[in-house]
Amino acid sequence: MSPPVAAGLDPGTAPDTWTGKFRERSVKAFPPDRLLPDSQPAYVASWIYVFGALTIGAFIVVMLSGAVLAVEGPAWWHKSNVGLFVNSTHMWGTEFFFMFMVVHLWAKFFMAAWRGRRKATWITGVIAFMVSIGTAFTGYLSQLNFDSEWIGTQAKDGINSTGAGAFWNVLNFGQMFMWHIVLLPLLVVIIIGLHVLLVRRRGVVPPFAPTERQLARAGLSSAGSGIVTGTAPTSPYLPQDLAQPLPQDLAQPLPQDLAQPLPQDLAQPLRQAEPEPPQPVSGPPVQPVSGPPVPPVPQAQEPPAQKDQQGQKDQQGQPSDEQQDQPKDQMWTLPEDPS
Amino acid sequence: MNHMPISGGTNLLGAVVHLGGVGKYIHWGFVQISLANVIIIAVMIVLFVLAIVLPFPKHGTRQK
Repeated sequence: MSPPVAAGLDPGTAPDTWTGKFRERSVKAFPPDRLLPDSQPAYVASWIYVFGALTIGAFIVVMLSGAVLAVEGPAWWHKSNVGLFVNSTHMWGTEFFFMFMVVHLWAKFFMAAWRGRRKATWITGVIAFMVSIGTAFTGYLSQLNFDSEWIGTQAKDGINSTGAGAFWNVLNFGQMFMWHIVLLPLLVVIIIGLHVLLVRRRGVVPPFAPTERQLARAGLSSAGSGIVTGTAPTSPYLPQDLAQPLPQDLAQPLPQDLAQPLPQDLAQPLRQAEPEPPQPVSGPPVQPVSGPPVPPVPQAQEPPAQKDQQGQKDQQGQPSDEQQDQPKDQMWTLPEDPS
Repeated sequence: MNHMPISGGTNLLGAVVHLGGVGKYIHWGFVQISLANVIIIAVMIVLFVLAIVLPFPKHGTRQK
């Protein structure tokens, strides 16, 4: 006899209400064995995977010590021995929180932990890091000592330069204190909770598949062993698609005409403009009936054989003999508009 | 108010380092960083390396 299942825990049996649908989707996304697993994959057995949990541990210490400070108040945490101890615990808990979080961030960065549909996990971690910095900053402003005054007066210029000083005044102790003990911790709790839920949903990111070279170094081979090897990314932290070589057309050399040297005249230094001699005009320029005026055709005519010869030499980037004999002023100047 | 001697006192919870003094800073070209921050960064790097190098304790395989 199968154990009884509550209504809605079986897919498709939820009542047609928003609570029923929400429950069904939640159970589907987070079945109990995934939400609170009692085992992890073998690759998680490494100290580098511990730092996320250590960060949460330090965060709990910070929250509990902060709650005690909130109950007792500033006079207590500044003047009594126990208050000083709890205050220091709060501060050092924050130091450890950030140290563990930064090592966690380094580890996940070099593992490219956004792989395998884990982008949202990575992004919530980044947001948690940034909001935590704001929370710690408002904490330093709330110390009620010379240190906090110094930090506040230095920070106001930076905050004002961003324009945020109009509504977020670092010299306003009450405002900064409420941000520190209410708004920002609430935000950190929500984001870390979301982050952990996403880790539960997508699982801990596996390491990169070993390359044949790494296997050979370890005295192993993928042939017949069932070990799946991967292509080696050029950099261990780049996603696989970024590590691919460039597409073929981007890797081609420049087109031939772009690789030619500049024409002889453009490579010369600039000269003073000299007055052009008047060009002989054989007749009035022919204008079209409609459309923009067409500049007249240059008068210099060359035999076809010479033109071909010049064209061939131009393709090689060398000026023709005729061009070299011709005065440079007439080589690349446009004829004057007779109109 | 003499509940926590800064140094040389008998209070076991007193700070080992003189926390009320002027902070020490390291200058390297245009880079300026406090000694405390350098120590914290160094500790984080050491932690990172140790976490990769040190073997993780093995437990017996759980039977389901």
